[in-house]
Amino acid sequence: MYGTIHISEEEYGQFAELLKNEDPEKLAEFEDRIQRGEKIEPDDWMPQLYRRQVLRMIEQHAHSEIIGALPEGTWITRAPGFRRKMALMAKVQDEIGHAQLLYSAAETLGKTREEMINDLLAGKSKYSNVFNYPAKTWADVALIGFLVDAGAIINQVTNAKGSYGPYVRALERICYEEAFHLKQGHDAFVALATGTPAQRAMIQDALNRWWQPLMHFFGPPDNISTHTKLLTRWKVKMATNDEMRQWYLDQYVPKIWELGLTLPDPALRKDPETGKWEYSDPDWDEFFRVINGDGPLNKERLAVRRWAEEHGRWIRQALQKPERSYVTPFA
Amino acid sequence: MKIISLDPRVERLEFREEHWQPQRPLTAGEQWPTYEVFHMKKRGTQPVHVGIVHAPTPEMALAFAKEQYARRGTTVRLWVVPSDQVYATSPEDEAIFATTPEKIHREPFAYKVKEKIERYKKSQKK
Repeated sequence: MYGTIHISEEEYGQFAELLKNEDPEKLAEFEDRIQRGEKIEPDDWMPQLYRRQVLRMIEQHAHSEIIGALPEGTWITRAPGFRRKMALMAKVQDEIGHAQLLYSAAETLGKTREEMINDLLAGKSKYSNVFNYPAKTWADVALIGFLVDAGAIINQVTNAKGSYGPYVRALERICYEEAFHLKQGHDAFVALATGTPAQRAMIQDALNRWWQPLMHFFGPPDNISTHTKLLTRWKVKMATNDEMRQWYLDQYVPKIWELGLTLPDPALRKDPETGKWEYSDPDWDEFFRVINGDGPLNKERLAVRRWAEEHGRWIRQALQKPERSYVTPFA
Repeated sequence: MKIISLDPRVERLEFREEHWQPQRPLTAGEQWPTYEVFHMKKRGTQPVHVGIVHAPTPEMALAFAKEQYARRGTTVRLWVVPSDQVYATSPEDEAIFATTPEKIHREPFAYKVKEKIERYKKSQKK
């Protein structure tokens, strides 16, 4: 599932501008290591651009996990039945655990957890846009567990082949746990789709509302800049957004259609000749509007996080032992 | 303006839009130092390093380690060690270990006697 961007040695010159401040000898060693398929560990030398991009990627992923727990957390008290309540509670706990794992991996690059949380709360850091939409009914929760987690798994399995050791380790554990999220989501989704006419109508309504955010999930088509090519060469970016969207459609559209449900895009079809999915372009202006803070729930999501940080502060401080100081964790 | 939420718990908090604005930022160390966590899956196996937790005390580090790293499968024991108490070789020293795989005189497969024994047995039969 590697990206399709290939750079020949002749083309390498284009990176000169981005790398002009790096020590050429160390850079060559770093690149050799990646070419050999070895991982980069926190105390290794790495180019500034690599450090910055990997940090940004892991940090956004961590933020997406804690914010992502909110739409589902809302539904724990109202989940239909004890078994679904237990499953949802376990899933929400997992998501918070994933955030912890990812913040730990990001910390190894030299940014503290406080700095990351502050940037999230100040609206400076991004998280996945999909969590700025409301879960209005139980069908939305079933859909999130199935189709949002499916997207997350494609993203995480792809990134788990990347080059940064701590991120790869965190993702292995995360992917293992996510397998349950997807299965319980699919189970809840199928229960509604094969249920009463009212239940079917509920899941169809959820699909109609969520299809656009799902099409936004992997981001807009990449502009294959010099920057992108370099990050692909360094195994930071492992696939283009469109490649991941194709894998997603290929795996999950048939699982929706087999239940006799429809998707609100008349152009959606798999071209039998190319094997590629065709679809209408989702509204990318809306995507950018939401990512810049003006989605249906951006304000509520951050207000809830702020409230949690502020109200948890006294207990964190009461437990603080001043004699033990923070050092960057090793791995 | 009041934030209207679908979540009754959020509704009860009566957030106003100004809540969205940051109040006081977290200060360094507010989320505690880290402990390295080791996990033993089964009796008779090695404890394996699985990651870190942030915690104010070793006892709380163990409680967090249970929540974080013992969520699936079996666990018989957890260890936590303050990160600042771990000493490690530096990446520049990696070369020290580079030739170890070449030192095959330390490996059982470097010692092949079967052929010699066979040859000896044959010579005795003659």
